[in-house]
Amino acid sequence: MYGSGILRGLGVTLKHFVNTYLDDIRWGFRRHIPDEAFPIRQGLDTRGVFTVEYPDEKLAMWERFRFIPFLVIENHDHPERPGHDWCTSCGICAKVCPPQCIWIVRGNDPETGRPVPEPQAFYIDIDICMNCGLCAEFCPFDAIKMDHDYELASYDRTSAHIFDKQRLSKEFRYWQSIAPTRAEEEAEARGGWEHKDVLKQKAKEAKAKEN
Amino acid sequence: MTEQVPTVETASATDSALSLLEEKFKNAVRRDDREGYDGLIVDPAKLVEVAAAVRDELGYDYLASAQAVDYLGAGDHLEMVYNLYRTTGGPGLALRAQTPRDTATLPSLVSVWPGADFQEREAWDLMGIRFEGHPNLQRILMWEGFHGHPLRKDWKEAYYEQDQKPFDSRWPDGNVWRSEEHNAYGKNVVYPEGFTLDGYEPVAEDAFYDEANLGVDIRPSDLDTDRIVVSLGPQHPSTHGVFRMIVTLNGETIERLQPVMGYLHRNHDKIGERNTFLQNMPFTDRLDYFCSLSNNFGYAVAVEKLMALGKRWEPPTYRAEVIRVLMAELTRILNHLVAIGFMLNDMGAYFTPLMYAIVERELILDFFEAVTGSRMMCNYFRFGGVAMDLPAQMHSTANLLNERVREFDTMQYLRELINERLPRAIDQTDDLLTTNEILTNRSIGVGVLTREQAIAHSAAGPVLRASGVPYDVRRADPYSIYPDLEFDVAVRDHGDIYDRYLVRVDEMRESVRILKQVLRLLGETEGQPFFSGRGGIYSPRVPAGEAYGRVENPKGELGFFVVSDGGQNPWRYHVRAPSFINLTALETMCKGHKVADVVTILGSIDIVLGELDR
Ligand code: SF4
Ligand code: SF4
Repeated sequence: MYGSGILRGLGVTLKHFVNTYLDDIRWGFRRHIPDEAFPIRQGLDTRGVFTVEYPDEKLAMWERFRFIPFLVIENHDHPERPGHDWCTSCGICAKVCPPQCIWIVRGNDPETGRPVPEPQAFYIDIDICMNCGLCAEFCPFDAIKMDHDYELASYDRTSAHIFDKQRLSKEFRYWQSIAPTRAEEEAEARGGWEHKDVLKQKAKEAKAKEN
Repeated sequence: MTEQVPTVETASATDSALSLLEEKFKNAVRRDDREGYDGLIVDPAKLVEVAAAVRDELGYDYLASAQAVDYLGAGDHLEMVYNLYRTTGGPGLALRAQTPRDTATLPSLVSVWPGADFQEREAWDLMGIRFEGHPNLQRILMWEGFHGHPLRKDWKEAYYEQDQKPFDSRWPDGNVWRSEEHNAYGKNVVYPEGFTLDGYEPVAEDAFYDEANLGVDIRPSDLDTDRIVVSLGPQHPSTHGVFRMIVTLNGETIERLQPVMGYLHRNHDKIGERNTFLQNMPFTDRLDYFCSLSNNFGYAVAVEKLMALGKRWEPPTYRAEVIRVLMAELTRILNHLVAIGFMLNDMGAYFTPLMYAIVERELILDFFEAVTGSRMMCNYFRFGGVAMDLPAQMHSTANLLNERVREFDTMQYLRELINERLPRAIDQTDDLLTTNEILTNRSIGVGVLTREQAIAHSAAGPVLRASGVPYDVRRADPYSIYPDLEFDVAVRDHGDIYDRYLVRVDEMRESVRILKQVLRLLGETEGQPFFSGRGGIYSPRVPAGEAYGRVENPKGELGFFVVSDGGQNPWRYHVRAPSFINLTALETMCKGHKVADVVTILGSIDIVLGELDR
C-alpha cells in the first residue's frame, strides 16, 4: 500500500517521542538527572533524551582525553624538591611536535655554563597546538602530560594564548587526580612514584651503601 | 654435477606487463630500476598509446590515483605516476612518465581514463605540468591569481621557516614568536605576471556564461524556457561545507555542471613534506574528519610498505591489526549512519534521521575518546601497531571542571555496542527509511552512474559498488587481517541514489559481522603486544623508495602515495582522496536532472571537505 513505508517510519519517530517522556517519568521530571542515572542516559542504554546541557552539566573526560599539554612539577609540599620541574629540557617534545608550537630555552648554569636539567623558559602556542598528544607520548621523563581543562576561551588571543612555563606548570598530584590509572602505570614503569632521575639517584646511593 | 632447475618465480604484475609492452612499443617502455621503486617508465611521446594498451590488452581498467613528483636534485625532472588496477582485483601497476622541469608537458590521459580529469588538473595546479589535450586544464584547488605551483620543491610558502621539521629555532634557544609577527599578513601576496584584480572574473564562470547563450528563449518541448547560470554555493547548507557548483539550467533541468573547490585548501601535501613521517599521522586525522581512524590506517599501511623494504622491520603484531580493524569498522558504521543522515537532510527530512544517527555515533565516539584520547582527531596508529592498548576500564574522574562521571568495562561496552546497540540502530535506519515512499520517489532512478561510467571515472567506495562493480580494496587488494575475516562485499546494480543508500546499509551489516569476529579475536589476543617495534622512537628509519598504500575508507578508496629519500621526512606525500575523485563523475550523474536533485546526488556521494580540498 502506498504510504505504508512512511507510516512505518513514523512509527520509529513515535517510539523516540514516547521514549523521551518515559525517560522523564523515570527520573522524575528533573531538568538534570541525578548523578547515578547519568551513565545510563549517556551510555548504551540511552533511550530518550541524550543531550548534556553544557555548561550547566559537564561531562567528565575519560582518563586518556587530551587537550593541550601541561608541565608536571613536583607537588608544592614535596619534602625535598617542592615545585621542582620534572622537565629536563631534553627537547624531544619540541622536536616531535607536528606544528612546532613548543619553544624551549635550555637552562645553563651561570657559573659553569653547562646545561642544567630545568628549562629556563618553556612556551606553548596553544592556538597552534593540534592536541595530538605526541609530546606527552614521547617525553622520556613523564614531564609533559595532556590536560583535561578545555575551557580556554579568552578575550584576546594575541596576548593570552602563548602559555609560558608558569601557566603550563601543574602539580604532579593534579595528574594523579585526572588520570589515576595512567599515573600508576607510569610510576610502575619508572619504578616508583618519584621522578626518574630521583629514582636513579636513589638507586645509585643504595648501591654505594651496599658496597 | 646435477643440473639445476631454474627457479620459476611467478611473474609480478610489472614483469608480465613489461614483456607484452616491450614487444609492442620496443624502447618506449622500460622498467623502473631505481632502488625501492617498481613499475614502468614510459616515453611521453607514446604515453597515450601505451596507456590504451595497458587498459585494453592488460585489463588495467581502473586508474586509482595519479600524482606528480618533483625530483629536484635527483634527476631534475617531474614525474607523473599513474597507479592502475584491475576491477577484477589483484595487485596494481605503476606507469610513469617523466618530463623536464622547465618545459613540463605531458599528454593528457583523460581520453583513456576520464578519472584522470581532476587529478591532472591538480597536477597542473600544484606541480605545473601542462597536459596536452586535457579538455579543461584550469587550476582546481587554487585560484588564477595564485603565483607559482606550490608543490615544486623550490616553491616556498608565506610562513616558510625551514625545509624540514624539526625547526632549529625551537630548541635549545626557543625564543617564542608568533608567525604573524614575522610575516605580516598581506606582505606575501604575489600575483602571477600580467594578473590584475581589476575586473577579475573567475575563468570557470566565464566559460559558462559564454556557452549558456543567455536570454535567448529556447524551445526544447512545448514549454518556453530560459537558460540561466546558477552558482550553487559556496555557502549553502546542502554543500556540506564550503563547496560550489556552477550549473547551467535550462528551466530547471541541469545542462552543465562544474564543481568549484579549494576553499578549504591548505596544501596538506606540502605540509606533509615538511613534517617527519610520524608528524603526518595527526594531520591525516584532519582529512576526512569523520573517519580519522581509517585515515590513520591508510597512512600507516603506506609507510609500513616502505619500511618493509628495510632490514630491521617488524610488521605490526596480530593484536595491533585486530585493534586496527576494530577501529576501521566502527568508523565505517558511524560514517555510513551519518552519511545517510546528511543525505536525508539534503532531501528535506530535516534532521530527524541525522539526529538518530548522531546518538549512535556519539556512543562510538565515546569509545574512541576513551581509547585514543580524542573523539575525532584520534591520532592512534603508529608504524608497527597502535599508540596504546585498549584500556581495561573506560574511566573518568570528576575534577573542578567536570563532574558528570561514567565508568564502563571496555570489553563489556564493546560487546553490548556490537551485539546489541549497533544492529538495533541499523534496523532502525532500515525501518525509518528503506521503504519510505518519499525517499524512494526521490532516489530511485536519479543520479544514475552506469557500471562503465563508474569505472572510467575512477569512482570508489559505495558509489562504485552501487553501480554493480564488486570492488572493495579489503577484498581486491587485501591488507591487514581482512583475508582472515568473513564478510561479503556489498554490491547493487542500478547505480542510482537509492542503491548507494542500500549499499551503505548492507555495508554496515557486514561491518557488524566483521566486528563480531573481531570481538572474538580481541579476547584471544588479550595481553599480547599492541606494537611491534621498540617504544620511544619518534623518527623511525624509512628506506628510500616509493609506495602507494590504499585502504577501503567508508567514502571509498583512500590512498597515500609516499616517496622517501631515506631521510627523516617524506620527499613526496600525496593523498588520493575519495571525496575528490568521486566528484569527477558528478556532472555525468546530474545531467538531465532537476536542480533539486543535484543536492541529493551530491549527498549520495558523501563528500567531506577536509579531504576534498586538502
Ligand atoms: S620531552 Fe619532556 S623532558 Fe624533554 S623537554 Fe619535553 S617536557 Fe621536557
Ligand atoms: S599536543 Fe601535539 S601539537 Fe600540542 S604541543 Fe604536544 S606535540 Fe605539539
